[in-house]
Amino acid sequence: MSDDIDQITRMLDEGAPVAPDEAPAGVLEPFEVFRQEKDGDPMRHGGNVLAPDAELAVHYAREMFGRRGESVRLWVVRRADIRVMEDLDLLQPPLDRSFKKPGGYVMRDKLAAARDRAGTTKPGARAASHDRTGRRGDER
Amino acid sequence: MTDPLALDPVLPPRERSERSARRWNEDLPHDERFEHFEAHVLGGGKIEPNDWMPDEYRTAVLRFVEMHANSELMGVLPEREWIMRAPTLRRKLALTSKVQDEVGHAQLLYRVAEDLGKPREAMFDDLLAGKTKFHNVFHYPTRTWADIGVIAWLVDAAAIVAQQALRDSSYGPYARTMQKICWEESVHIMHGRDVVVTLANGTSAQREMLQEALNRWWGPLMQMHGPRSDRSKDRDLHWRIKAKTSEELRQEFLTIYVPRILELGLTLPDPDLRLDESAGEWRYADPDWDELRTVVTNHGPRSQERLEFRRVNREATAWVRAAILAEPRAAA
Repeated sequence: MSDDIDQITRMLDEGAPVAPDEAPAGVLEPFEVFRQEKDGDPMRHGGNVLAPDAELAVHYAREMFGRRGESVRLWVVRRADIRVMEDLDLLQPPLDRSFKKPGGYVMRDKLAAARDRAGTTKPGARAASHDRTGRRGDER
Repeated sequence: MTDPLALDPVLPPRERSERSARRWNEDLPHDERFEHFEAHVLGGGKIEPNDWMPDEYRTAVLRFVEMHANSELMGVLPEREWIMRAPTLRRKLALTSKVQDEVGHAQLLYRVAEDLGKPREAMFDDLLAGKTKFHNVFHYPTRTWADIGVIAWLVDAAAIVAQQALRDSSYGPYARTMQKICWEESVHIMHGRDVVVTLANGTSAQREMLQEALNRWWGPLMQMHGPRSDRSKDRDLHWRIKAKTSEELRQEFLTIYVPRILELGLTLPDPDLRLDESAGEWRYADPDWDELRTVVTNHGPRSQERLEFRRVNREATAWVRAAILAEPRAAA
């Protein structure tokens, strides 16, 4: 049985073609479970279950991730159906991308120079601007 | 697939669906279901694509998101014109990246709209036929490099004021998409402000160019959120698809950005503009609503040119879509 799982995992790792809809009878396979903690939240990965088919996987997922009212919705996905991309050459290319990030725009000195020239003063903190992207609340 | 009784053997079906946030009990008559739905939404609840929703809600969300998607898609065209003319390599990279981001936002938003039941091709058809709209600010020409700074700083700022409020939208997929969009827009605003501040520190010709661009964009910026509307009659507010009225958004924009514009020694072309301290509100000359109506019905200075660009582009790229949808051919 664990050989089958190994095989499926290997197929996934090696980017094998999509697995057949149903595994052969008697074979357990992993299903990844995503849970929504409260209404409107994004789905987050919770863990996984082993099941012989999608229907039982849903039951198991409910048992594992819904016993204490900690979820309002579950997504159950056959692991073999998940495609992984983790090539850091593509995801984290070693190029200067600072123009895409808040740190690429440090304006303090420029603003001070512009104020000097215009004879103005710094605006009060009446309302926060939108361009301080370091604030955690603005991140995904 | 799964027998619902097996999943929840505790409550009888009727009671169970009443406490379920999203099933609204399939057995209930429409009006009663509608009441459950409305109580959920008005109580701050969220709606997901597979939840039952009244047609009125579906249509309202679709219209709102589609207009937003159209605006992201059309909104890159004025800026695109300056990619090849950007003054430095870094500015060119930043502007290219911004254009890519905005097209990406259109992709995300068209996906949200598609899930509500309207195919993307139908949305493009309607956009090109003038049946659906895009934001007024994208119907204008970009005459100088200063326009690029003013757009990225202030048009994006006016937009983000609205978009931040949309992170609380009752439609879950839209609210979550806005998280990512706001995150990226905030960098665009920095890019724009950096362009503007650099010009403000530049030669007198550059400062004049900046002031002239600001003068031209101020009218469209003040029109952008739309005329004052009656809160009680606004269905998008009622359903909590959006959270703020047009006037609330405009006031918020003025509060944040007028001081930052004046800080640079720039002036605003509205002699009536001032903060009424006692009322805590900005006063301003009534924006030209006739201009807004003219422009958003595709009679703006660049409306037809931009739509024509999309038409040509759509034809030129038709083979790509056809290739993707084609049956895979057997390997030779």
